[in-house]
Amino acid sequence: MVTTNTPDITAVRTTTTTVRDTPGYRAFRIANAFLLVVITFLTLYPFLNMVAKAFSSQAYIAAGEVNLWPRGFNLTTFASVMGDSIFWVNYRNTVVYTLLATLIAMALTTTFAYALSKPYLKGRGVLVGLAMVTMLYAGGLIPNYLLIDALGFKNTIWAIVVPGAINVFNLLVMKSFFDNFPRELEEAAEIDGMSQYGVFFRIVLPLSKAVIATMTLFYAVQFWNSWFQAYLYLNDRDMYPVTLYLRNLLAAATSTTDLGSDTVQIQANVQSVAMLLTVLPIVCVYPFIQKYFVSGVMLGSVKG
Amino acid sequence: MTQGTGTVDVAPRTGGAPSGAAGAVGAGPGPQQLRRNDTWRVSLRRHWRLYTFVILPVLFLLVFRYVPMIGNVIAFRRYRPGGSMFGDEWVGFYYFQMFIQSKPFWDVFWNTVILGGLTLLVCFPLPIILALLLNELRSRTFKRVVQTITYLPHFMSIVIVAGMVFQLTAINGSVNQLIEAFGGEAIPFMQRADWFRPIYLTSEVWQTVGWGTILYLAALTTIDDQLYEAARIDGANRWQQTWHITLPGIRPTMMVLLILNIGTFMAVGFEKVLLLYNPLTYDTADVLSTYLYRVGIGEGGNYSFAAAIGLFEALIGVALVVTANQISKRAVGASLW
Repeated sequence: MVTTNTPDITAVRTTTTTVRDTPGYRAFRIANAFLLVVITFLTLYPFLNMVAKAFSSQAYIAAGEVNLWPRGFNLTTFASVMGDSIFWVNYRNTVVYTLLATLIAMALTTTFAYALSKPYLKGRGVLVGLAMVTMLYAGGLIPNYLLIDALGFKNTIWAIVVPGAINVFNLLVMKSFFDNFPRELEEAAEIDGMSQYGVFFRIVLPLSKAVIATMTLFYAVQFWNSWFQAYLYLNDRDMYPVTLYLRNLLAAATSTTDLGSDTVQIQANVQSVAMLLTVLPIVCVYPFIQKYFVSGVMLGSVKG
Repeated sequence: MTQGTGTVDVAPRTGGAPSGAAGAVGAGPGPQQLRRNDTWRVSLRRHWRLYTFVILPVLFLLVFRYVPMIGNVIAFRRYRPGGSMFGDEWVGFYYFQMFIQSKPFWDVFWNTVILGGLTLLVCFPLPIILALLLNELRSRTFKRVVQTITYLPHFMSIVIVAGMVFQLTAINGSVNQLIEAFGGEAIPFMQRADWFRPIYLTSEVWQTVGWGTILYLAALTTIDDQLYEAARIDGANRWQQTWHITLPGIRPTMMVLLILNIGTFMAVGFEKVLLLYNPLTYDTADVLSTYLYRVGIGEGGNYSFAAAIGLFEALIGVALVVTANQISKRAVGASLW
């Protein structure tokens, strides 16, 4: 497999000489380690608090006694959220939208990036420019809204899965990967009589699994997390993605002006469960995919 | 738009090419080489399959990216519900005058500048500092754990982040518990306009700083160890090494990211503000993008007026990037293009 060379940013600097640390520097290192532990804890805290609330009883949350650990442990909130059929309908929608949008996005991005990586593609400079201009200047909210309306995409799945299809940043990452694809492999296949399609589907794609996996994940996370497109274009509650379900929970809770009332506390409980179930897939795969994301970002920073 | 027209003539020719070129390809083209002098006809005949890869993406870009750009003409044309998305009659700068003369516009304009400015001021330097701190670690495991955890918020949906903000700042949330533990009074944070900016910034720091270190850490690995060696021999202490070697080493990365940050200055977290604000906090929270959303789509339906504001905001954004890029190019030789 053709792999991408990005620096290992988890590596630590090793000193070759045996210079002793000064007392001042040693003090700094202790303070530094302590500070980083605090930062890490603060980063994790909102997650821990969310999990704690998801398993806590309303009474303890209302009394302001839930922080790191669940109080009044119970699973009834889970049962009630999971018993809400609309939640599962919306959850399934998110899965469908994510799969379809990622598929469309990958098909367009991969083929476009491959074509753009070929120096003999006449008009290549213009096409790259065409894509890059959209990074600098985008149409804006209102014209986009009117376009989706004019296309008749409103309240259809197409408003969700089509408009995000080419992310220019991802396109450039893929292009720079294909730019470095060994020419000899493609030439050899062409000499053997393979067409450009054959070369692309049977030689290039199988050898580009790493970058394809990375880009697929980039897109999938983006589509999984998106809510605003749905908020803007969908009217039908049965079509909402789960992020919009969650947004409506939050909106319902905050529109109550009296924040001390019981309804809000129930919401806090339910919110946590819905949030937890929404982030769960991402948190579960995150440890395994993290390195792909990191290398993807670094690839993108390589000019060209 | 010259680039746009250039591409328009690629598409029809590409569409026509396959049938005519099939025979020629059957004859077997040799390995494809860079031939700058090929004419369009030759290039299309030899590589028509490659051009078929381009058709859909180009169509996509034209329809979903370029049509909205052109669609901004409704800022100069009156839009009639049910009428053309490009408006129905020219009104010139009518809508621009309308917003320039309105007080709410200038309120949200300054809110945008303040919130964008604060975000830049806080969220640009913090990843550099965190990257430098991570760089001083000697335990690989510790470093990796800190990295893994601080990157995580980047992958969270804005809705989740908003939900966490609501929960932590709730009247019985953790922050108020802390305040009460120190003898203070609980604060209804999300209903206080003066708390909106600190809360927004904190959530922004939480979500972006860890992930923001990646490019700096990558740049740090490219600094030659011999430089540190030499500096040590010259008697430089750690702080001097950081100041004279590390920082200059990551300066190009800093400049590029600064330019990018400046470019998104006016577009401050639209979705996040939309989720976090409410009428009680509009005084500080309402920014150009949320204001134009409300007058355009949310409640007003005044598309042309909103599009004029959007165009104004976007042009400021473009002007800022171009200016920052030029200054950076002259001053330190680092630039986006």
